[in-house]
Amino acid sequence: MDHFPTNWGRPRNDAFDAYGTHPIHQRPVNTPKDAFDAGVQRTQQPIVTGTSVLGLKFKDGIMMAADNLASYGSLARFKDIQRLQGVGTNTVVGAGGDMSDFQYIQRMLDELVVNEFTSQDGHTLSPAEIHEYLAQVMYARRSKMNPLWNSLLVGGFKDGERFLAYVDLLGTTYSASTLATGYGSMLAQPLLRKAVEGREDTLTEEEARQIIEECMRVLFYRDARSLDKYQVATVTAEGVTISDTQFLKTSWSFAEGIRGYGAQTQ
Amino acid sequence: MTSIGTGYDLSASTYSPDGRIFQVEYAGKAVENSGTAIGLKVKDGIVFAVEKLVHSKLLVPHANRRIQTIDRHIGLTTSGLLADGRHISNRARDEASNYRETYNSPPPLKAVADRLGLYVQAYTLYSSVRPFGISTILGAVDNTGPALYVIEPSGVFFGYNGAAVGKGRQLAKTELEKLKLSELTTREAVYEAARIIYLVHDDAKEKEFELEMSWIGTESNNLHVHVPEDLFKDAEAKAKAALETFE
Repeated sequence: MDHFPTNWGRPRNDAFDAYGTHPIHQRPVNTPKDAFDAGVQRTQQPIVTGTSVLGLKFKDGIMMAADNLASYGSLARFKDIQRLQGVGTNTVVGAGGDMSDFQYIQRMLDELVVNEFTSQDGHTLSPAEIHEYLAQVMYARRSKMNPLWNSLLVGGFKDGERFLAYVDLLGTTYSASTLATGYGSMLAQPLLRKAVEGREDTLTEEEARQIIEECMRVLFYRDARSLDKYQVATVTAEGVTISDTQFLKTSWSFAEGIRGYGAQTQ
Repeated sequence: MTSIGTGYDLSASTYSPDGRIFQVEYAGKAVENSGTAIGLKVKDGIVFAVEKLVHSKLLVPHANRRIQTIDRHIGLTTSGLLADGRHISNRARDEASNYRETYNSPPPLKAVADRLGLYVQAYTLYSSVRPFGISTILGAVDNTGPALYVIEPSGVFFGYNGAAVGKGRQLAKTELEKLKLSELTTREAVYEAARIIYLVHDDAKEKEFELEMSWIGTESNNLHVHVPEDLFKDAEAKAKAALETFE
């Protein structure tokens, strides 16, 4: 309740004491509280980034792949980063986009898993629940104009059900039997769809691995911010396994025959 | 046994002439009248066992947990006012979670025990709040190995190899002292803990009780979980059998 008659009937802005109603020490404070507060900024640009993440459903579960690169603009800065993270015993999250935001997401997910564990009620979070949680967070952040600059794939296997879905910095979500982020959504998605769609329930793990390798190869050839070292995460009834780094065999000998770029004109 | 406070026992902010705070001592009484809880620190982990006094046949068996999980690798059990026990568990979870956030590392038990001890002590300073009527046993397997602490209502806490709080603590402590704790495995300790709880349970006072046990160790991947069903049943059966032969 406003006890000051001079304020009655007048429009109110609590952030600014227009009529000096309160002595200086009681007026609302609008200055930065500390050096950090003065530096708080919102909408950003991603700095250290990861490129595409691929995901597909196969007979026994889901498979996800991401290369081991974190780029600093056009510089291939960190070449041994794991962009796939297991969450609990039945989910894996793969991230493209800003890597520091992904590290923050990893911390959040870890906190979520520990909190679920401490309740000891026999329940574990399902992949769908983790995806929904991330979607809520991502959308809330974008609505505050302070996004976590990532595109995430969430995949898992629980109670006989396979789950694969996407969520990004805008809070957009979608689900399909094949998904890809970044350049993968342009270059790899057609390949994935051709190979997987309609055959999700008969595709074996080995076949899925072949498809992934082929897509990663295409991406390495065409995506200028990719790397030929990648990891594959597989989630089945047995749990989450993230493979060791695999190397792509590529052939660049065609480069000899290129004419019209550089010194050789004919 | 009862010492009359005669006016010095009305609030926690009053000392008695002989330097005691009666409210804190009375809180200890609440602990002494409650079901026993024990903790064992052994070679490769920690084992908790609790005598859950069942006050009604209508209660769902294996519900109403006395042993709480604080973090992946930390367990907590209390004896005394159970509602205070739940409050302390929540606080411990917050402290552990806060440690993780600040240091990006699972909290060592010493840090959590320290924070909880400080918290419990804070409630012994003011007349506007009452001290916690619980003794808390904290156990974990952290980067320094297995650790076990007990926090009393006064806020004081110590590290132990074996701990017992509650009604049957005297007998339990005697039994624990007989064991060579540093040489036992967690599996062996489970059997010993079950046996001790069955031993200290006073059939004359309370007929029905439920045993609850949890462990942290190599067999549980250093996670704090309830003892697996088959081991639990076996330990319980052996404990009952040992009781027959004890008399």
